[in-house]
Amino acid sequence: MKVQVRYFASLRESIGHASEGVHTESLDVAALRAELIARGGAYAQCLALGRPVRVAVNQVMAQEHTALTAECEVGFFPPVTGG
Amino acid sequence: MTSRVSIQTEDFDVSAELSTLRGQDLRVGAVCSFVGTVRDTRALTGAAHDEVQAMELEHYPGMTEKSIEAMIEEAHRRFDFYAARVVHRVGRLLPADQIVLVAVTSAHRGESFKACEFLMDYLKTQAPFWKKEQTPQGAQWVDARVSDDAALARWGIEATNA
Repeated sequence: MKVQVRYFASLRESIGHASEGVHTESLDVAALRAELIARGGAYAQCLALGRPVRVAVNQVMAQEHTALTAECEVGFFPPVTGG
Repeated sequence: MTSRVSIQTEDFDVSAELSTLRGQDLRVGAVCSFVGTVRDTRALTGAAHDEVQAMELEHYPGMTEKSIEAMIEEAHRRFDFYAARVVHRVGRLLPADQIVLVAVTSAHRGESFKACEFLMDYLKTQAPFWKKEQTPQGAQWVDARVSDDAALARWGIEATNA
């Protein structure tokens, strides 16, 4: 399936783009994150397990086990600092 | 009906916002508001390297509005208030600029004080905004605070942001 992946703040800066379409077999957030880490480079660095990365699926805060669906939007970002 | 949530680059007029929020609702006996502003840390510490020259605020368009709407719904389930308004600025801000307004109306003060604090605690850890400070050493992203997670935990909501 295809999902739209978006990056924000320091992740967007390090990875070098804000958005990309990804063809994936990953069924949940954890699997997609592992798949992106496997690309190496900035992806591996920014998304490394143990780093505080927050994820939203279809613009709702998600967990590692949150399921992905075709055409869903997955946002990766650092801890939020608004207010 | 004006919207409850605005994400905007422009500044806001607190007095006008509160007046609109109250409207002609004669049940209202309490209006509680919180305004967050850009702090120049040098003014706190006296250290030149702590100077905040400007602040850039980024957000996740769409998710930001939806997440704050959901927070207001959750606040309505917990507190007896009439109306709430959240305005949050994005883009480039300068020290002393207003960043955020949370305002709530209720019959008595207790409920609007609580709802206002709840919304602010929720927003700090769950709304997708990111601050980047311009300092003499260059631009750096602001780190999330564990104390903000603890503030939300007081309301019985476990969140791991920082």
